[in-house]
Amino acid sequence: MEELVGKIGECIERGKVNKSSPYPKDMQGQDGTDELTRQALDSGVGPEEILQACNAGMKRIGDRFSRNEVFVPELLMAAKAMNAVMAHLKPYFQTGTVKAKGRFVIGTVAGDLHDIGKNLVAMVIEGNGWEVVDLGVDVKSAKFLDAIRQGPECTVGLSALLTTTMANMSKTVQEIKTQFPSIRVIVGGAPLTQRAADQMGADGYAPNPQGAVAFLNAGRQK
Amino acid sequence: MRSILNALKDGKILVSDGAWGTMLQERGLEPGDCPELWNVTHPDDVMAIAKSYVDAGADMILTNSFGGSPIKLAHYGLQDRAGELNEAAAAISRKAAGIDRFVLGSIGPTGEILMMGQVTEEAVYDGFRIQAAALKKGGADALLVETMSATDEAEIAIRAAKEATGLEVICTFTFDRTVTGKYRTMMGVSPAEMARAVKEAGASVIGANCGNGFDQMIDVVKEIRKADPHTPVLVHANAGLPMIEDGKLVYKETPQAVAAKARELAKCGANIIGGCCGTTPEHIRALVKELKSL
Repeated sequence: MEELVGKIGECIERGKVNKSSPYPKDMQGQDGTDELTRQALDSGVGPEEILQACNAGMKRIGDRFSRNEVFVPELLMAAKAMNAVMAHLKPYFQTGTVKAKGRFVIGTVAGDLHDIGKNLVAMVIEGNGWEVVDLGVDVKSAKFLDAIRQGPECTVGLSALLTTTMANMSKTVQEIKTQFPSIRVIVGGAPLTQRAADQMGADGYAPNPQGAVAFLNAGRQK
Repeated sequence: MRSILNALKDGKILVSDGAWGTMLQERGLEPGDCPELWNVTHPDDVMAIAKSYVDAGADMILTNSFGGSPIKLAHYGLQDRAGELNEAAAAISRKAAGIDRFVLGSIGPTGEILMMGQVTEEAVYDGFRIQAAALKKGGADALLVETMSATDEAEIAIRAAKEATGLEVICTFTFDRTVTGKYRTMMGVSPAEMARAVKEAGASVIGANCGNGFDQMIDVVKEIRKADPHTPVLVHANAGLPMIEDGKLVYKETPQAVAAKARELAKCGANIIGGCCGTTPEHIRALVKELKSL
């Protein structure tokens, strides 16, 4: 049983989604997270235990991404493997058997249509056990504010790829902070730096998804 | 047909243009607007930018068509107007460039990751083909496949551009410095891997654009040159990373600072030098002054 759970974590780290997935090459024909999660649940492993193994696998690949040992493709595949687990665990979240760590609202800021980075962060954070509300791309401030109103116990993440939309990001941070001073806002994206985040008045900046996870978990302990 | 490869003979250094996106924004393009639509709704503004780089002395200018692939235009519901918008982009730059300067038809990435399977290779190829053919029709001398991060998409774009037009194709990738000091694209491609892949796909000129300023671009050129000593190299570097000051975006690398580094870029093996985000006609004027005295 322990072996089965460990395997799920390993498949996440390697990005092995299911048996028919050709990725990674050296695991072709083997079960992926999809099959293994089903097997684990069927043999009586609790969803919490599976989730823990997932977190560990996701953290390992996230850390390797932070160290630039792997890049977007590897992390995307890991996130895809994680999603396959989550599909099986969703019922347990819905019935309240498993509780999310908290709510994380994320979106790419107004004027910016890029979703690769935002999706990666959303998937890694979901994999860490958070409820993720993904508002999509080109999200205006009003939409972020609405999402906060619907569940004020949340943390907000803003993404931008274009240098030209950083000004919109700054505006959105300020509007959130004006209306909801206690909401913590984290920003990220290729053109961002800690300095730019500070200038905007954001509470946090993460250069990679694992940094965003660390920020969220730190806020939870406060 | 005019050839950039010919123009680079005898070790001549050519100067390309600077940013378009940030310049369009200064003229009122709102974030969320489609920049390529401006080729038909605001042709005078697009022309003014093109002209400003010609006046600054650039040997070549780009076209306002970076996001002109049908896949990208679909975000605005404009996918069916790809032919019209790209042709208009090239026609404006052609008019500004006259017969003496080159026009490079800009082709940016689709924003989709092929390995995730959300788009097919055929759809990506067909889209780039439409875009490239329209850019040629509007008067482009060569095509610039730029800001790429994945070799599969770049190879498809180069192939589509060549097969649709027969023009020379230039291809540049965007590299970031990793924590270990190496340079990789977000998809993990090294400068050496880029050089091999895009040359094999048929690019005549290779290189890098965007990124983290002129200093890091010098490192990137050195790495490309280590892998490929001969193929001409084009760089379009940012004027540093943007900062926010008083709610406005500012780029810190001045025309003078950029010009000083351009000499080093040329020494390391860059053959065509221009700017990306945050660079202005002033930056290009400074580059021309510096590089034409070499």
